[in-house]
Amino acid sequence: MKIVIRYRACLTILSLMLTLPLAGCATTSADIHAEVPARHTISEFKDQSFAEVADPWEGFNRSMYRFNFYFDKYLFLPVVYGYEFITPTFVQKRVSGFYNNLGEVRNLTNSLFQLKGKESVTTLGRFVTNSTLGLGGLFDPATSFGLERHDQDFGKTLGYWGADSGPYLVLPIFGPSSLRDTGGLAVDSAITYGIYAAIDPFANTGNSFAISSGITTMNAIDSRHQQSFRYYESGYPFEYYMVRFFYHEKRQIESGKPLPAE
Amino acid sequence: MMYLKLLFIACLVLLPLSSHAADDGYGYPIPGSYEATILGTPASLMPVFPAEMNTRQLVLEVIPGRRKPPIFFYDEGLRCSFAYQEKKAPLVFLIAGAGASDRAPKLLTMMKAFYQAGYHVITLPSPSHANFIISASQSRIPGDLTEDSADLYRAMEVAWKQVEGDIEVSSFNLCGYSLGGSQAAFVAKLDEERRVFNFRKVLMINPPVSLYSSATRIEDLMKQIPGGPKKQGIFFNRMLSKFSQFYRYGNFVAINDDFLYSIYTQRLFTPEETAGLIGLTYRINLAGMIFSSDVMTNSGYVVPKNRVLSPTDSIFDYFLVSTHLSFMDYFNEYLYPYFQKQRPGLTKQAFVDTLSLKSIAGYLKSSAKFGVMTNENDFILTREEQDYLRQLFGERAKFYPRGGHLGNLEYKENLAYMVAFFK
Repeated sequence: MKIVIRYRACLTILSLMLTLPLAGCATTSADIHAEVPARHTISEFKDQSFAEVADPWEGFNRSMYRFNFYFDKYLFLPVVYGYEFITPTFVQKRVSGFYNNLGEVRNLTNSLFQLKGKESVTTLGRFVTNSTLGLGGLFDPATSFGLERHDQDFGKTLGYWGADSGPYLVLPIFGPSSLRDTGGLAVDSAITYGIYAAIDPFANTGNSFAISSGITTMNAIDSRHQQSFRYYESGYPFEYYMVRFFYHEKRQIESGKPLPAE
Repeated sequence: MMYLKLLFIACLVLLPLSSHAADDGYGYPIPGSYEATILGTPASLMPVFPAEMNTRQLVLEVIPGRRKPPIFFYDEGLRCSFAYQEKKAPLVFLIAGAGASDRAPKLLTMMKAFYQAGYHVITLPSPSHANFIISASQSRIPGDLTEDSADLYRAMEVAWKQVEGDIEVSSFNLCGYSLGGSQAAFVAKLDEERRVFNFRKVLMINPPVSLYSSATRIEDLMKQIPGGPKKQGIFFNRMLSKFSQFYRYGNFVAINDDFLYSIYTQRLFTPEETAGLIGLTYRINLAGMIFSSDVMTNSGYVVPKNRVLSPTDSIFDYFLVSTHLSFMDYFNEYLYPYFQKQRPGLTKQAFVDTLSLKSIAGYLKSSAKFGVMTNENDFILTREEQDYLRQLFGERAKFYPRGGHLGNLEYKENLAYMVAFFK
């Protein structure tokens, strides 16, 4: 999920985002009839609300949700499908393995931030095993050795130390998030970038920028390739709320501190 | 993943219920009707399917010029999934169950099984699914078996026209599960008049005999919630906190199959709660149908009449209102009044009677093309209804000893039976 977008791309996307919502608004019908209250309204039910998530920016979020739908449809998914078409499945799996292995760095830093000793050792073990025996992450022997993957990120770290998720937020391209997790994403990206800048693995090639852009782009394509979610695919009119609820709840549950056994 | 799977299989073997399986020679492991319905089939007990399939998604304009409100801006036509063979082969249409889309997991599994056996496959969403209501329902009001089946038939014709040039078909067949099973029977009956497809064989999987009776039985599950169905929000929130507490006490890595399966083995939810959860899932599904139909018809049922919702408007209140409405509410306040207007003199009982396989029993009995596959512990059927199916279809009625409602549909033996039926 860590996709670094170049400045120029950001600008293009931003201008798209600003024009798209307007395009939708231009379709108000000429004949406006007076509204008649519905037969059933919320006031008649004396029950708790459910599957609710703090979402003060819902209007913005729904626009973003729609933007992502179009972005996927006209740009992202065609590229991903193109990639899937020209690359054998075997190669696709190796590519995913490579990026998933790089992601272990984020998992490791964050399990350290959460002072999870055992988990950190496991993750480090995974990273070392898969980087060596697994040929730079192309294969995943660590899992068959019983070293389970622990996905971690800075949003979870914040949650672990008690930070509230804050309002729900749908990010362009990245999709469902929260105020806290957006901050976490920024921190994780900064750490990744910092490590990368310190090592600068392609410094001697003379094409450092071109190579790293390529790697970043490929990472974005691979992330989307691994993610089967499609906006509005369910066709369910309340999909936005289902996605919001499941995202929020999963994060909430997975970032919480384990309770002591009774 | 391998490790997880092993653990999973170990759990299954260690469960006391495996002895049960040996008794009757049927290997589907989950004895409880509700549990089976929720858990479905463990991945290790599904068949292995080919990794690659020739598939494409069809987006069909079934009703030319259909106007769609802005809130449904993403709906570009009826979506069907199409898997095709490169040689001449029989084609099977698959109809999804209540509220399910053309890509519902169960439907896709069936598609793979048929594809593997050498069939062309076209899957259709249920007429009670929003996509169908918006793009393919003439009345935009789902619930009448005859009209919904006519809509389905039209959709099939359009789908067939779309792919006709690309494939060679030796025969047409029809299969549907749950509500889609009953609809398959009505579609086949319509085909006897229209003769576009001349369906060779038709299989109904876990169909209701009477829609009204089955819906009543599903609604009854909600009565097991403390305080009744009107307190579903409180129930939902309590179940959710139970779920998250369970996660936090246990030493789980993530919310994954392993975690979900241990919910079952640890008996986190009581049978009443499990029933309530099935009922609630059904309601959440139904809410999508009620809302879409109301918006499409501008009936002022849950959305104020004449209100035009934009794609960015909040519709959460409509979600809460719609989920609190039962099938009976929908039936009595929305569906039946509409058909009463269409067919003056139609009594409620007469309408209920038309929503049943019994209304076309003569036809079903006379034709050898039909078969039914269901379970002895499917809670949508009463004992009498089961007997009715047995008597109606005789040897062509296959009853499995367990599996709940559709829980064993993806089990390898069931899929094998399903495919073999069409041989």
